[in-house]
Amino acid sequence: MDKFIKPVVFLLASLPFLAMLGQVLLRPETLGPDPAQELAIATGEWTLRFLLLTLALTPLRFISGAVVFVRLRRMLGLFALFYATVHLLVWVSFLLGFRWFAIAEELVERPFITVGFAAYLILLALGVTSPKVMVRRLGKNWKRLHRLVYVAAILGIVHLLWILRTNIGEAVFYGAVLAILLGYRAYRHSRRRGATGPAS
Amino acid sequence: MLIKKPADIKPSEITPESVYRNRRKFMTDSAALVVGGAVAGTAGVSLAQNGDQLKARAPVTLQRTAPAYWWGEKFNSIKPAPDSEPFFTGEALTPYQDVTRYNNFYEFGMDKGDPSSNSDEFKVDPWSLTVSGEVAKPGTYNLEDVLKPVDLEERIYRLRCVEAWSMVIPWVGFPLADLIKQFEPTAKAQYVEFETIVQPETMPGINSRFAIVDWPYREGLRMDEAMNPLAFMAVGLYGDFLPPQNGAPMRLVVPWKYGFKSIKSIVRINFRETQPNTTWNDLQANEYGFYANVNPEVHHPRWRQDMERRLPQTLFSRQYIETRLFNGYGEHVAHLYDGMDLARNY
Repeated sequence: MDKFIKPVVFLLASLPFLAMLGQVLLRPETLGPDPAQELAIATGEWTLRFLLLTLALTPLRFISGAVVFVRLRRMLGLFALFYATVHLLVWVSFLLGFRWFAIAEELVERPFITVGFAAYLILLALGVTSPKVMVRRLGKNWKRLHRLVYVAAILGIVHLLWILRTNIGEAVFYGAVLAILLGYRAYRHSRRRGATGPAS
Repeated sequence: MLIKKPADIKPSEITPESVYRNRRKFMTDSAALVVGGAVAGTAGVSLAQNGDQLKARAPVTLQRTAPAYWWGEKFNSIKPAPDSEPFFTGEALTPYQDVTRYNNFYEFGMDKGDPSSNSDEFKVDPWSLTVSGEVAKPGTYNLEDVLKPVDLEERIYRLRCVEAWSMVIPWVGFPLADLIKQFEPTAKAQYVEFETIVQPETMPGINSRFAIVDWPYREGLRMDEAMNPLAFMAVGLYGDFLPPQNGAPMRLVVPWKYGFKSIKSIVRINFRETQPNTTWNDLQANEYGFYANVNPEVHHPRWRQDMERRLPQTLFSRQYIETRLFNGYGEHVAHLYDGMDLARNY
C-alpha cells in the first residue's frame, strides 16, 4: 500500500491537467466562446488548490499521526508549481499572444499581475531548491526559504481577490482555508514554545 | 398575409451563420421555409412580414416564445438594418449561442454561463416602467403602452466589454430618444438614470452573501448622450425576443461605451439635473468612470484596453483586434466630448 501511494497521488494530481488537455485537443468547443480566459481561470484555481493542499499536509500529519502526508509534500508542492507554470503559459500565449512588450507592461501596470508573478517566482525558487541535494546544501536556510510558501499563498489569494469583480465568495473560501492552516501553525508554535519554556 | 412556418424544422435546414454571411442564400432558405410552412401548415412562431430581410435570425430550435401576445404582434414588423455604418457593421456576427450563453449579469450569478442557466424563472410579463424626475409625464407605465408608439428596427453593433472581449450583435429595438421624448423631459433634465429590476425570487445572484453590489444595478447617461441617434433600447436580438440573460424585456445599448453602461432589464428611468451615481463607479471609482467610453489610450488597472478578443475565439486561431476609440463610433459621438480630457473623465 505504502509503495503505491505516491504513484496514485501523482496520477490523481495529474488528472485536472489531463482533463484540460483533452478538452483543448479533443473537445475545444466545451471551453466556450472565450477558451483562453476559461483555461486561465481553471489553471489558476488548480494552482491555488494544490498550494493549499500542500500546506495542509503538515497539520494533517500532526493531527492524524500518519507520516505518509509529509512524504507527499514535495510532490504536491511541485504540482502547485506545475499548474502555476501552465497558468503563466496560458496567459503569455493565449491571452497576450506572446506580445512581449505587453507582458512587461502588464507586470508593471496591473497590480494583480505583479502580485501573481511574485507568487510565481517564490514557487519557482521553492521548486528549484526542492531536490534533496539542495536541502542538504542550504542547511538551515532551506527551512527559512521554504517558509516563503505562506507568502506565496497569501499573494495568490490577493491575486484572485483583485481580479474578481463582485462575488468574492471564492476568494473568501480559499482565504479561510489559508487562515485555518496558518492559525493551526501559530497555535502549535506557541504551545511548543510554552512547553519548552522554564518549568516553574 | 401571415406566414406560418413549421416548428419541427431540423436545425440542419437553417444555418444561422450562413444567414448573415450570405444574404442571398438566406432568401432562398426562407423561400423554402415559406413553401414548407404552407404545405405543413403546423403552428409555429409567426414570421415577420418583412422579417425575411432581417440580417440575422435566431436558430429555429432556440427561438423563444413571445412573453405575451402583444410581443408577437410587435415583432411582426421590424425594419431591417441598413447596409452601412453606423447602424450596421459588416463584421462577422457573434453566433446566437455565444451571445446568449456568455453574459455578465451578476443578478443571476458570477460566471459567464450563470445568467443563461439560472434565469429560467425570470418574469418579463407584465412589466412596468417607472418614469420620474424632471419630466412632464412622470408615472408608472405598462411596457406595452410605452412600446406602442415606437417602430422596431434592427441594428448591428459592436459590443466592447471592459474585460477586453467583444461581440457583434444584431439587436432589435428603437432609438432611446424615441422613448425619452414620450415623457417630455424638462429643461432641467441634464442626466438620465436607469435602474435594473430586483426580482430576488428569480435572480439567485442577488441573494448571494458574497456579492458586493448594492442592488439594484444603476447606470446613467448625460442627456445629450442619451439623445444621440446611436443610443438604442433593445427588446430583441437575432430577430427574436430578448432572453433574460441579455436583459429582457428591455435593455440599453450604448455601443461606444463599455458594456457595463448598457444596463439590462430596466424598470426605472429617472431624469435629473445632476450626475447620477452608477453601480460600478460607486464600487470602484478608480476603475470605472461615469463616462466609460471605449478608449484604448486610457488604461484600466485590470485589463489592457488597447486590444480585444472578438468572440467566439478558438485557442489556435485567435482573433485579436485593436480596440478603437469610442469603439469605432467616434465620427458620430466624439463631438459629445469636445474639450473634455478623456483620460480624466474616463
